[in-house]
Amino acid sequence: MGVLNALVIGIALALPAGGYSLLESLRAVAGRVTLEPQITVFLPAEATRAQAETIGGKLRADRRVVELRFLPREEALKELSAVQGMPELVRALGRNPLPDAWVISARAGMLDDLAKDLRQMAGVAHVQADAQWARRLQALAGLGRVGLWLLAAILGAGLIAVTFNTVRLQILTQRDEIEVARLIGATDAFIRRPFYYAGLLQGLAGGVIALLIVAVALALLNREVAPLAASYGSAFRFAYPTLGDAAAITLFAAALGWLGAHLSVSRQLRDVG
Amino acid sequence: MVNFSNVSKLYPGGQEALKDVSFALGAGELAFLTGRSGAGKSTVLRLIPAIERPNRGTVIVNGQNVGALKRSAIPYLRRNIGQVFQDQKLLHDRSVFDNVMLPLAFSVHAPREAARRARAALDKVGLLARERAHPVQLSGGEQQRLAIARAVVNRPSLLVADEPTANLDAESAARIIDIFVSFQQVGVTVLIATHDQALIERYGGKVLRLEAGRVA
Repeated sequence: MGVLNALVIGIALALPAGGYSLLESLRAVAGRVTLEPQITVFLPAEATRAQAETIGGKLRADRRVVELRFLPREEALKELSAVQGMPELVRALGRNPLPDAWVISARAGMLDDLAKDLRQMAGVAHVQADAQWARRLQALAGLGRVGLWLLAAILGAGLIAVTFNTVRLQILTQRDEIEVARLIGATDAFIRRPFYYAGLLQGLAGGVIALLIVAVALALLNREVAPLAASYGSAFRFAYPTLGDAAAITLFAAALGWLGAHLSVSRQLRDVG
Repeated sequence: MVNFSNVSKLYPGGQEALKDVSFALGAGELAFLTGRSGAGKSTVLRLIPAIERPNRGTVIVNGQNVGALKRSAIPYLRRNIGQVFQDQKLLHDRSVFDNVMLPLAFSVHAPREAARRARAALDKVGLLARERAHPVQLSGGEQQRLAIARAVVNRPSLLVADEPTANLDAESAARIIDIFVSFQQVGVTVLIATHDQALIERYGGKVLRLEAGRVA
């Protein structure tokens, strides 16, 4: 029994578990940037505050607008300066190159429609709708999730097969003992119990090994990611599985081990008679 | 204790091992089951702990109709029957002591009490000094006595043995039968299948003779 089998199970489970961790980390970043449909309306650089307010009034009257925020050019410059490396650039420019802008949250499903109308509006220089890349990202994340579930299902079946086989071999080597125990009054439950425990333990050990592999892999990745993220002024790190996720993975592995043992025991013990 | 009435046993393939067999064995009796090879001795011994089921007739053991027992009830029936198998079925990968411990694993749960009973059973068959040995290190007679120790460790009220003296010299065989007699003397019902006529004459218990599947 043992260590090698648990290792096989651990490696197999580490793939979907690690993939899940990566995807969750990326999703968190995407969520922080923006996943709710947003439109930014840029005014011409020479527009006055009065002109900006006129457009703001029109926007406020539009029922497709849920939330409206004015972003004055001074504040936009301040935000830009906060990004690493930017203050020098701004200083070199000598003046504020940024225009005033309105940031709009649109009612669900009306973003494209609204963006189209805004582009026609007089006194608007540029309209940027963030929906498309957000939608793409979400679709990609969805695809990744489905892929991971498929992978988990396939490797889960593999885990059941591995346990099935170990328990089968174990029953074969203990055939004499099982036969004698039955003849002298052991119940089926008594004969089955150790094999269920073995399957459960093997799955459990596999789950723990999978978590260790994922943790080590993420730590190694984070060591490389840290300087890369810093160069973009970000503190991004891949997040380790939460306690809940870790528990779920271990329990899942243990349950699959139990199931593999169950299938094997039911089948083999019928043969032993 | 054991009651066969009109029992027939047909094996798959049409071989009729027992034909209309009836006999009764009272509590505390010692009986020899004799007959030539293939006369049906082993079949009788296999019907008692429900290893086989009769095709016709009823087998009553300790008041229970064994042929009608549910599968889940059979283990509890077997715990009250000590069996010495023709091929002994000793486990060669473990010590003498651990062989005797096996039946206690599912009946006695306190380890100290189980060990005490295993040693008592080994003492009764004169193998206490050899508890650390492995079955292969024992002589034929010692292996047979180990099989008896395992059969009696659960203190059954019925003891059945299939050819327990086969392949043993006269002295070892006599020692085996003495052990069975000592169990009968403390109230255990004993049924021994054997074709050793000399042995039967010496001990003179009840004799059931099987001939071609019938009680002669």
